[in-house]
Amino acid sequence: MTVLSYGDRALLVELGSTEAVIELAALVSGEAEVAGLVEDVVPGARTLLLVAGAGVSVDRLRAALSELGEAPSRLGVSAARRRSSAGRRAGWGAGASSANRREVAPSSPAAGGREVVVPVAYDGADLDVVARLTGLSVEEVVAAHTGTSWRVAFGGFAPGFAYLVGGDPRLQVPRRDTPRTAVPAGSVGLAGEFSGVYPRESPGGWQLIGRTDEVMWDVDREPPALLAPGATVRFVEA
Amino acid sequence: MSELIVRRAGLVLVQDAGRPGQAAIGVGRSGAADRASYDLGNRLVGNAPGAAALEVVMGGLEVEATATVWVCVTGAPAPLDVHGRGEPPGVVLALRAGQRLRLGVPATGLRSYLAVRGGINTPPVLGSRSRDTLAGLGCAPLSENVTLPVGSAVETDISVEGFPTPAPAGDPVLRVVRGPRDDWVIDPDRLVTTTWTVSQDSDRVGVRLSGGGLEHAEPGRQLPSEGAVRGAIQVPPSGEPVVFGPDHPVTGGYPVVGVVVDEDTDRLAQLRPGETVGFRWVRG
Repeated sequence: MTVLSYGDRALLVELGSTEAVIELAALVSGEAEVAGLVEDVVPGARTLLLVAGAGVSVDRLRAALSELGEAPSRLGVSAARRRSSAGRRAGWGAGASSANRREVAPSSPAAGGREVVVPVAYDGADLDVVARLTGLSVEEVVAAHTGTSWRVAFGGFAPGFAYLVGGDPRLQVPRRDTPRTAVPAGSVGLAGEFSGVYPRESPGGWQLIGRTDEVMWDVDREPPALLAPGATVRFVEA
Repeated sequence: MSELIVRRAGLVLVQDAGRPGQAAIGVGRSGAADRASYDLGNRLVGNAPGAAALEVVMGGLEVEATATVWVCVTGAPAPLDVHGRGEPPGVVLALRAGQRLRLGVPATGLRSYLAVRGGINTPPVLGSRSRDTLAGLGCAPLSENVTLPVGSAVETDISVEGFPTPAPAGDPVLRVVRGPRDDWVIDPDRLVTTTWTVSQDSDRVGVRLSGGGLEHAEPGRQLPSEGAVRGAIQVPPSGEPVVFGPDHPVTGGYPVVGVVVDEDTDRLAQLRPGETVGFRWVRG
């Protein structure tokens, strides 16, 4: 892991994969020493941004993080467990289990270790395009999308929008050349290694394969985001 | 319960200290753009830290009180009057029932803050009353005849009568720490050797700068989305930097070549379109 400066209030940790990002996010949230130093933990596709809490210097945060990185037993055990538990839904390591023993912020990456089932009507506007791009039939695209469990890697773009990873590698398609100005709420899309559900009508460039009636974002609900980092998502045909 | 009735509103938002800690679900911090001015206003009227105030861009606010409220204007020194009588900024003023406070266009700076003793008591969303203009959270931008309840977020007496509000000085040079992706542009030092002009397209999401270009080393190379902070200087393929403001997206996909030192982002929030700004490197 490489730790980069990100201004005077944050550090950016570079990691090799989204899986490693999810794991470190859980580890950070679960370790009281480090969790107490940060105001925000922001997972990205290959990076984890740590924003220092009020009155905490980035040097102190960097030192705490490097101690965490030097704990090979923890990171090592975590990685080994993940490998040995491949296919097991709850298997994401020591970070998650230690996090579960402690109070964690509602939106922290470690908090959402549950499975969410999302029923989808697979009638998206780009379904035929995705079939052509992947060389699969429409039925095979649907089978591939419902055939694996996805995991929420990180949020962004809009409140409640979750970047999902762990899908069938055959489903990797580029974004549309021209983004749509209005993608309807509940649209289920694909882009690169990710799948995602638009929480509300917004512009968007992902390839749309279907639509769900599930409410992805509701500020009057606790938690407001249906899909929080760490949660597992299974799509089923509506 | 006293209230403020908005009689005229330009671009006016309810802002407090924001929503920290929720980036993982796609919700940024938001909050007052010039935090120092916002905090000063709350302190002068004896509010608890984090009480909501009004953030007013380039004046144009007129509010009427339904019962006596104590108020104070900080930030961009907008000319103000209470019931027709001119008053200085940075002074705690009584606004009696039926009286109106008017804010004109400030001579310098961009954002003025109207702190109200007790705070603006609009319904909090996810723990904050701030309007996040990107995410669409919090009370909508104020319009005429909206009634704002005044709360009870009071901590102390009004301890001082006034405080000289520091007017933003000219020719700002903001401190910048080298960004995590400064090797994605050919010559990152052009960030600090260029005199940048604040674009008309600037808002709470980001301050767009023009006046030069930061050429990408490998045009077309894609950066996987990564977390961003207020003050991050992103360089899109056009080469013209965008400095993230309080309502920035939680994750971004353009390389960040520098990050404005947190304290200096308050100064950034006071820059008007057309004004110039420079940067200088400092260590993080």
